[in-house]
Amino acid sequence: MSKNKRSPSNQTMTRARTAQSTSDRLLEIDGLSVEYQLPDRTIKALRDVSMSLEEGETLGIAGESGSGKSTLALAILQYLGDNGNVSGGSISFKDTSLLDASDEDLRSIRGNEIAHVPQNPQTSLNPSITVGEQIAEVIRLHQGKSSTEAKEDAIGILRQVNISDPEENYERYPHELSGGMQQRVLIAMALSCNPELLILDEPTTGLDVTTQSKILSLINELKDEFNTSIVLITHDLGVLAETSDRVAILYAGELVEKGTTSDIFSNSANPYTRGLLAATPDIETERELKPIPGNIPNLDRVPDGCIFADRCEFVEDECRTGQIDLEAVDDGSGHVTRCRRWEHVVDEPLKTSESEGTTSGPVDEAYDSDRKLLEAKNLTKTFGETGLLDQVFGGEQPVQAVNGVDIDVCESETVGIVGESGCGKSTLGRLMVQLLDQDEGTIEFRGEDISSTSDAFDEFRKDTSIVFQNPDSSLNPQKRVYTILERPLDLLADGAEQDKDERIAKLLMQVGLGPEYATKYPGELSGGEKQRVGIARAFASNPKFVVLDEPVASLDASVQANILDLLQELKAEYNTSYLLISHDLSVVNHICDRVAVMYLGEIVETGPKSDVFNPPYHPYTQALLSSIPSMDPEDDRERIHLEGDVPSARNPPSGCSFHSRCPKKIGEQCEQSKPELEGTNAGGQDNRHRVSCHLDEEQMNEPVRET
Amino acid sequence: MGKFGRYLAIRSLYSILILWGVTLVVFGVTQILPGDPATMVLGPYVSEQGIELVNERLGLNKPLPVQYFDWITGIFVGDWGLSFQYEQPVYDIVVPRMLRTAQLALVAFLLVVCIGVPLGVVAAIYRGSYVDTVVSAVTYVWLAVPGYVFGILFILLLGGPVFYLFPSSGYVAPSESISGWFGHILLPSVTLALMMVAHVLRQTRSELIDTLQSEYVRTARLKGLDERTVLVKHALRNGIIPTVTLLALKLGSLLGGTVLIEYVFSYPGIGTLTVEAIHNRDLPVLQMSILLIAAAYVIANLIADVLYTYLDPRIEYGGA
Repeated sequence: MSKNKRSPSNQTMTRARTAQSTSDRLLEIDGLSVEYQLPDRTIKALRDVSMSLEEGETLGIAGESGSGKSTLALAILQYLGDNGNVSGGSISFKDTSLLDASDEDLRSIRGNEIAHVPQNPQTSLNPSITVGEQIAEVIRLHQGKSSTEAKEDAIGILRQVNISDPEENYERYPHELSGGMQQRVLIAMALSCNPELLILDEPTTGLDVTTQSKILSLINELKDEFNTSIVLITHDLGVLAETSDRVAILYAGELVEKGTTSDIFSNSANPYTRGLLAATPDIETERELKPIPGNIPNLDRVPDGCIFADRCEFVEDECRTGQIDLEAVDDGSGHVTRCRRWEHVVDEPLKTSESEGTTSGPVDEAYDSDRKLLEAKNLTKTFGETGLLDQVFGGEQPVQAVNGVDIDVCESETVGIVGESGCGKSTLGRLMVQLLDQDEGTIEFRGEDISSTSDAFDEFRKDTSIVFQNPDSSLNPQKRVYTILERPLDLLADGAEQDKDERIAKLLMQVGLGPEYATKYPGELSGGEKQRVGIARAFASNPKFVVLDEPVASLDASVQANILDLLQELKAEYNTSYLLISHDLSVVNHICDRVAVMYLGEIVETGPKSDVFNPPYHPYTQALLSSIPSMDPEDDRERIHLEGDVPSARNPPSGCSFHSRCPKKIGEQCEQSKPELEGTNAGGQDNRHRVSCHLDEEQMNEPVRET
Repeated sequence: MGKFGRYLAIRSLYSILILWGVTLVVFGVTQILPGDPATMVLGPYVSEQGIELVNERLGLNKPLPVQYFDWITGIFVGDWGLSFQYEQPVYDIVVPRMLRTAQLALVAFLLVVCIGVPLGVVAAIYRGSYVDTVVSAVTYVWLAVPGYVFGILFILLLGGPVFYLFPSSGYVAPSESISGWFGHILLPSVTLALMMVAHVLRQTRSELIDTLQSEYVRTARLKGLDERTVLVKHALRNGIIPTVTLLALKLGSLLGGTVLIEYVFSYPGIGTLTVEAIHNRDLPVLQMSILLIAAAYVIANLIADVLYTYLDPRIEYGGA
């Protein structure tokens, strides 16, 4: 059990200020412009971006995808690819101009003085070289050490980034490690030569909250220990609030606001920043989400005036002409914003009025045991049953993906399933719409077992649907949107032929796309638009029950809020029930009525949202909740860090499957006997809040003890 | 047994099962082949008695399962039977032919490896350059032209009148004359190599291009490694894996699939032998030639699979 207290933010603030007053400027970017040459046009990916970084400081850079964050990182490293080039400005690192550095100079800087931690740990490590060698290689290269010394150093660094059994893991290949461990290896690699500047590009995107929270505290620890300066790039504002001293917000290649973390989070003077903040769900404040309308523009033509004007709520005619300059908000702290009307922005905060109604939170009364739509009992699914030959030669154990799960969904109710990756939540979702056949268990739809008659099964098929996580791969790229939507209509809806065009047009309108989208191909749509088509397809047959499998996980916060809104609207209109699968607790919190928390194929806690997200809770739920990065930079509550990764579902721990990572484990009882899902007293009505844990309620209420 | 050992054992077992299946098919096919072997041996004008005698001597009057069983057990004890045509042990006829084909295949294979892989690597590194454009254009032409056309062109151009540079047909054992052996084997093996080199080259090129654009190659460059190390250590090793598998499969098809080229160059290999055996209804020779060719394929496949799992640590050793 490890627990890390985050460094109090007032301390970080002080450090940021003192750093600024001295002139230990490490990195200075001045008026940087970057262009990408495409065969038919030029993309102006960065325009006139200036920022600087002091020693020991952490600068956070945020913005939607396409805003130029990664380009900025790669420009610092002078690695823009064959078609990218710096068209203006300068980047100096400790008095060296990086733009003028020779290839040889750059090689001695990269990995040595400036280290880069890339996004996607799975694809950023060489699959056929052991992770240890990939680290030792850098040490040999830049520090001229012998192989044995380099190996020792590499093992030491692995230990520093909290990799258990570093000697053993040194010899492992990347695919043998979990995502979180791969990310630690990349961080270890970056730290191996003790760089002065560390560039982290989305270091926690794609990781579970629990892993994310551990990586973030690792970054904070290392920052204190090595006094490394950090540029942290992320689309997740919560991550920035946790780690940064100062924040720069990029939009469509321009720096729109820059200031200390508290300037940005509590006192933003830019409509775009405010929009991002309002679009990001925050589990602590139950405020409404407010999406930013529209999409990030194409950057081959840059319009006159403010580039954000088309999406801005504060826009006036004056915004659309001339050049918009950065204006100082506060002379002392260096808080600047690129907005002519920032004073209005500060005076009249964004309207997030409840009267708009579309994002109205869920009502607790949706549950009504008389109106059960779907009820699954004892669902069990095992993968990888081995063949005869494998058994002869001693094959591996099968994976128990879903293990005896009971779950029900009422009419027009939204039930959320949360858990880390590998907990079986997607498998459960697929079982619930019978994309997979269960090994055991039954599903009743409107009180009738769907396997009893083929009519019952056909009715179930017609009335259920699913929205997939990744709209890029779940829409056929060769088919027009019309054809994609036509298919479920032909198969499942009873509508007459002549209504089809009308129905498709109506569906597209309902998901916020115009009828003109019918003739487009998925490749012509943005990520959010694709997901809208995916949703339209799911609703084509007027389903009563829709499984939403991570519907917003691959989308930017601004778009995410849009899609969540849309789902709420459709639910009201079609009177649909949802099963929402998500690893993001704030999303679940935002739209669900009831929640089930899954761990290793089992439900460990279930109940109305307000009960599950408040004590008493299962220690696992407690850990998940405490891992969510807070949007409030002043928040320095303690985090519970679960030890290790989710155990293998091939070989789950005995007794309570969570005992191997539980911060509140009592003792042998947890290892030997399996707890049942039992109602809590606090849950009250109908035993609806149920937890499977050996602890009594009082103990579940307690915060985790310091160890 | 380690994971790798287990995998190897399962794979080998599968290979043996496949070969057993092959023996059944080969035996079955030779049974339904039209034309009576005894008639082929004795000529068209023979008495019933003569045919019966021959059938008895060749064991053709025994029940089929017994014939099959005798054949299979014979393979293992080294008694591969007698050729109907030559009245010599099948072993003495088939094995030397197979070895000659193997020589041809190996020389062709070396040519493919030495030309295809380096050119593919160069084309990938200098993608879009003059070199790449020329190499790509040429490989397209190669892919489109049937291999034997090159063979015939070579014979006409280099083996025939005007130049007389190389013998256009036949075979000389290396024990007799190394230069003679080389002269005879060069044209057919170059022809074979040309048929395959384009495929190997394109595969190497496209895989290496993908690898060079991968994120882990970017990681390697951003570590400050020089381009040579990035290429050799980080890119080539991953980019070459599919090519290695392809090459192993190519070796298999070279060992068995050279009939056309052997025919064009009158090369006395297993391919021409098989064709002769079919013409002459020489069942014992035919069965063993096909079985050997199939074995070459199966073993090449096994090597390809094992190499793949060995080279790429990500591959799970999943038995079936």
